[in-house]
Amino acid sequence: MRLGNPAFKADWVVVTLYLLLMLAGWVSICGASHEIGDTDFFSWGTRSGKQLVWIGCSLGLAGFLMMIDEKYFDTLSVLLYVAMLLLLILTPFLAKEIKGSRSWISLGAVSIQPAEFAKCVTALIVAKVVGQYGFTLSNPQRLLKAAALVLLPMGLIVLQKETGSALVYLSFFLMFYREGMPGSILFTAVAAVIYFVVGIRYAEQPLPGTYSSVGQFVVLLLISIFTAALTKVYCPRTPHFRRLLTGGLLSTAIAYAFSALILPFDIAWVQILWIAFLVGYLVWYGLGDRLRQYYVIAIFALGSTAFLYTSDYALNNVLEPHQTTRIRVLLGIEEDMIGAGYNVNQSKIAIGSGGLEGKGFMNGTQTKLKYVPEQDTDFIFCTVGEEQGFIGSSAVLLLFLTLILRLFTLAERQSSRFGRIYGYSVGSILLFHVFINIGMVIGLTPVIGIPLPFFSYGGSSLWGFTLLIFIFLRIDAGDKLRRR
Amino acid sequence: MEQKNPFSNRRLVISGVAIAIIAIYIIRLLSLQLLSDDYKRNADSNAFRRDVLYPSRGLIFDRNGELLVFNEPSYNIMVTMNEQIGIDTLDFCKTIGITPEFYTRRCADIKDRSKNPGYSRFTPQVFMTQIPPEEFSLFREKLFRFRGFSIEKRAARHYSSGIAAHILGDVGEVNPDDIKEDDYYHSGDYIGKLGVERSYEKQLRGEKGLRILLRDVHGRIKGHYADGEYDRDPVPGKNLTLSIDAHLQELAERLLEGKLGAIVAIEPTTGQILCMASSPTYDPRVLVGRERSNAHKALSKDPMKPLLNRAIMGMYPPGSTFKITQALLGLQEGIITPETSFPCSRGFNYKGMHLGCHGHGSPIPLVPAIGTSCNAYFCWNLYRMLSDRQHYKSQAEAMTRWKDHLVSMGYGYRLGVDLPGEKRGMIPNADYYTKHLHEWGPLSVISISIGQGEVTATPLQICNLAATVANRGYYYIPHVVKNIQGSSLDTLYTRKHYTMVDKKWYDVAVQGMRRAVTGGTCRGANIPGYEVCGKTGTAQNRGHDHSAFMGFAPMEQPKIAVAVYVENGGFGATFGVPIGKLIMEQYLNGKLSGGSEAQARSLQSRHINYGGYER
Repeated sequence: MRLGNPAFKADWVVVTLYLLLMLAGWVSICGASHEIGDTDFFSWGTRSGKQLVWIGCSLGLAGFLMMIDEKYFDTLSVLLYVAMLLLLILTPFLAKEIKGSRSWISLGAVSIQPAEFAKCVTALIVAKVVGQYGFTLSNPQRLLKAAALVLLPMGLIVLQKETGSALVYLSFFLMFYREGMPGSILFTAVAAVIYFVVGIRYAEQPLPGTYSSVGQFVVLLLISIFTAALTKVYCPRTPHFRRLLTGGLLSTAIAYAFSALILPFDIAWVQILWIAFLVGYLVWYGLGDRLRQYYVIAIFALGSTAFLYTSDYALNNVLEPHQTTRIRVLLGIEEDMIGAGYNVNQSKIAIGSGGLEGKGFMNGTQTKLKYVPEQDTDFIFCTVGEEQGFIGSSAVLLLFLTLILRLFTLAERQSSRFGRIYGYSVGSILLFHVFINIGMVIGLTPVIGIPLPFFSYGGSSLWGFTLLIFIFLRIDAGDKLRRR
Repeated sequence: MEQKNPFSNRRLVISGVAIAIIAIYIIRLLSLQLLSDDYKRNADSNAFRRDVLYPSRGLIFDRNGELLVFNEPSYNIMVTMNEQIGIDTLDFCKTIGITPEFYTRRCADIKDRSKNPGYSRFTPQVFMTQIPPEEFSLFREKLFRFRGFSIEKRAARHYSSGIAAHILGDVGEVNPDDIKEDDYYHSGDYIGKLGVERSYEKQLRGEKGLRILLRDVHGRIKGHYADGEYDRDPVPGKNLTLSIDAHLQELAERLLEGKLGAIVAIEPTTGQILCMASSPTYDPRVLVGRERSNAHKALSKDPMKPLLNRAIMGMYPPGSTFKITQALLGLQEGIITPETSFPCSRGFNYKGMHLGCHGHGSPIPLVPAIGTSCNAYFCWNLYRMLSDRQHYKSQAEAMTRWKDHLVSMGYGYRLGVDLPGEKRGMIPNADYYTKHLHEWGPLSVISISIGQGEVTATPLQICNLAATVANRGYYYIPHVVKNIQGSSLDTLYTRKHYTMVDKKWYDVAVQGMRRAVTGGTCRGANIPGYEVCGKTGTAQNRGHDHSAFMGFAPMEQPKIAVAVYVENGGFGATFGVPIGKLIMEQYLNGKLSGGSEAQARSLQSRHINYGGYER
C-alpha cells in the first residue's frame, strides 16, 4: 500500500506553490514588522517568529489532513456546518471588541477568528448539497437553497461587523456559475456594478448641451443597449435586437441633437421614455408569444433603471458614513488624504517607491517607518511592492494566478461532483481574496479589510487557507487513487 | 466514467476572469512602480528628515588683521505644533517677553501654509529668531514646562566697532527671490544683504551640512539613513581680509561727520581700497538681531539716505578734478603739447560764450594751467578737439574719441568694485547730444571740459583717476577684499588696465598736480616730508558748490591715492584739500601730527547745514 498512501498523491504543483507563497509571505512579514537594523526574525517575541510557529502548525495540519479518510469530509460536513453556525452566533458574545468588530475568540495565548474556518465548512456543505445527483442550479428553488447555505454564515459574520470577511462568501457565486447558475444573474450583478460606478462617479458632471448629467446619460444608454443585447441572447432568430438597438440609439441621438442645437433640455426623460417603451414592447411580445424570457428581460430593464435611481440614495442614506466615504474616495469623487484616502495613498506611495527591483529586503522606508497602516496584515502587499519592486510583486501575483488556475484545473479533473464543487469554491475564495486585497492596496478596489492569503500575519487566516487547500488535495489524491 | 458536463465551457470564462484580474493588476503595478516618479519622491519626503547643520560664517578682518566682524551664538525658539499642548501660554509669553496676542498671531502664521510653505505639525517650526542671551537663559530654565518647544542654535553677526557699515554690510533672512535664484537657500536661512556680506556671500557662507535621518509616521527619529553614507559635515565659511585700514577708515568717517559726501583711498600699486567712507553712515551693530527689520526701515526712510554708499553710488559732477583727464587726452590726441598756451581773460570768451575763471597770468601753458585750475585752458582744449577736421572726419567722431579716452580711464561704466550697487556715472557721447540737443557744437557742450554739465562720476572713479595718474597710466580695478582664506582673489582684481594715454603724458599730468600743491589751488595738501600731488575740484550745482579733491603721495612710488567729495562744501580747498591731506598723512605716517590732529578735530566739528538744500 506504499503507493496507495494519499500523502504521496498530493498534487505537487499546488504543494510547491503553497510552500513558495508561505515563504514569500514570511519574508514580507519580517520586512513589515521589523525596524531597520533588526536581525532577530525567529524569537517568539516578534511577529515573524510567531508567524513561523503558525507556519509550522499549518504544515502539521496539512500532513494530518492528508492522512485522514476523505469520506469524513462528506459525512461530517452537516455536523460541522451546524456547529459552525452555532459558533458564529455565539462569537459576538464570547469575543472582545477589537477595532469595532467582535470576531476574535481568545483561547489563552492565541486568538482565533471563527469566520476564517467557516469558509471551509461552508465550502464542504455546499459541495455536499449541490453535489447531490440532479441538483440543478438553473432551477431557481434549488439555487435559492444553495444560496441560503452561503448567505446564512455570511449574514452571521456581518453581525460581527466583519463586512470584509462576509463579502468573501460572494465568491461562491462564481462556483455556482460553473455549476449551472444562469449566466444572467452574474451578468446582472456585473451590470449593477457598472451602473453604480458610472452613475455615482459622473453624477455631478453635466453633459454639454443638455441639462442631464453624464452619469445618468451613460447608464440609461447602457440599459437600453444591454436590454437589446439580452433579446439577442435569449430570443435568437427574432428581429427584436436590431429594432431595439437602432431605436434606442436613434432616439437618444435625436434627443441629444435637439438639445444641443435647438433647445437644451434634460434628455434623460427621452431615454426613460424609451426604456418604458422597451418594457411595454417586451410585455406585448411576452403576452403574444407566451415566452417567459420577455418578462425576464423587461424586469431587467425596469430593475436596472430603478437601481440607478436608488443607488445614489442608498449611498448617501443607507450606508454608514465611513463606508460612503470609502466608496466616494475610491471613485475619485473625494480626496481624503487624512481619513480613508490616507491608507491607500500611503500604500501607493510605498509600492510606487519600489521601482523595478525594489529597495531590497529590510530596506523599505515606507513600511519600516510605519507610514502604511496595517502593514503586516491587510496592507502586507505594500512591503512586497516596496522591497521587491515590480519584479517581486508581479511574481507574487503570477504565483497566485498559477495556484488559482491549477486549483480550477484540478477541480475540473475530479470525477465526483462533490470534489469539483469544493475545488471551485477553494479557487474562487482565493481569487476573491487576492482580487480585493491587492486591488485595495494598489487603489483599485475599496478598502475592505480581508487578509492576503499566506502573506497577512495571523494564524487563523493561514490555517483557514491550509484547511481549504489540503482538504481539496486530499479529495484529489483519493480521486487519483481510485482512478488508478 | 467522466460524464460530459453541460457547463464545462464555463471553466474558460472563470479562468479568463482570474487571468484578466491579475493582468490588470500587473499593468497597474507597472504604472505605479515604473512609469511614475511621484511616488518615489513622495516616499522620500515622507520618510527622510533632513537635519541641516549650519556652518559658521566666515570672519572679516581689516588689512592689518584686526577683527571686524565675528559670530556669536544666538538662539531660535522652535515649536512643534503637534506636541505643543496645554502649556502655560501666559508664563511662556512673559518668559520671552511677548504679548499673548503676538503668541496667537505667530501660531496662526506658522500654520498658514501660504506664509510658511514647509509647515508640518510634526517637525519643529521657527517660532522666534535671535533671542537675546538674557531672555534665552530664563527660557532655557523653564523649557521643560513648555512642551513642544525646542531650541535651535544659530550664529548671529557681531561687529567689533561701529565703522565701515557700508563696506561690511549685513546679513538678514533670505527673501523668496533669493530662494528662487539659488536653491542652496531655504526659508529662514541668512544671506548677505549689503556690502561684502553680499558680494562675498558664497565664500562667507560656507556649506551647510546634512544629516539624513529616518523618521517614522509619528515623526520619531529611527536613525541615520544608509548608516550616514549621505550625511555631510558643514564646511565653515572662509574668512575675508579686507584691504581697508580700520584706523584710516575711522578717521575718514570722523572727518565726514555732519557732512554729506564720501572719501575713497586706494593703494595705487594694487588697486586695494584703503578706506571708503560715506556720510551719513550708521552703526552696523543696529542691523543685527530681532530689531534688524525695524532699524532697517528707519534707515531707509531717513531723508539723508544713510544706507546709500555715496562712494560708489553717488554720481557727482567731478568738477576740476576732471581737468586732468582733459589734459591727458588732449596731449595724447596731439591737440596740445605741454608748451601749448591759451589765453585766459577772466575766463573763456568766444562767439558770445563766456565761462568764467579766476585771476591768474595769461596766456599760460599746461602745467601752470593745471596748477591754477584754469577753466579757459581746458575749454580751448576741448573746443580745438571737437573742431579739428584734420584728425577727425566729423564732430561726432571727435566726440566718440573723447568718450573712448574717458572710458579707458574708468569713467562712464561701473569699475567693477567688489561691492553691490555700484553706479556707472555719466560720460555723454555724440548720440546722447544728438538725441537731447539736436543741434550741438563744441560751444554748447563746452562745460564738460571742466567736469560740469552732463558729466558725472562716483568718488570711486575720481579716486581711481588719482591712482591711475600715480601709476602713470594704468589701474587695477579697485577692490575692498585683499585676501580670501584658502583661495585666491578673482583675477579681475589682479590685472592691470592701461588707459589709451601714453606714460610720458602722465608725467606731465603729475607735474601739473604737483604744481597745484606747491603753488596752486591745493597748497593746503602739503605734508612735510612727502611730495604730495593733488587737484582740487569745485563743482557747481543748484545749491552751494560741492567741494572735491583728489591726490596721491608720494609723487614717486606713490603709496596712497585719495578722493574726497563733500556735498555743498564750497571751494575744493575748504573741505576737500584738508581732508585729503589728513587721510594721506594718517596712512603714510600711521598717525597724525599734533597740528594735524587739531585740524582733524576742527574739521570733524564743522557741520554743514543741509536743511535748505533740495535733495
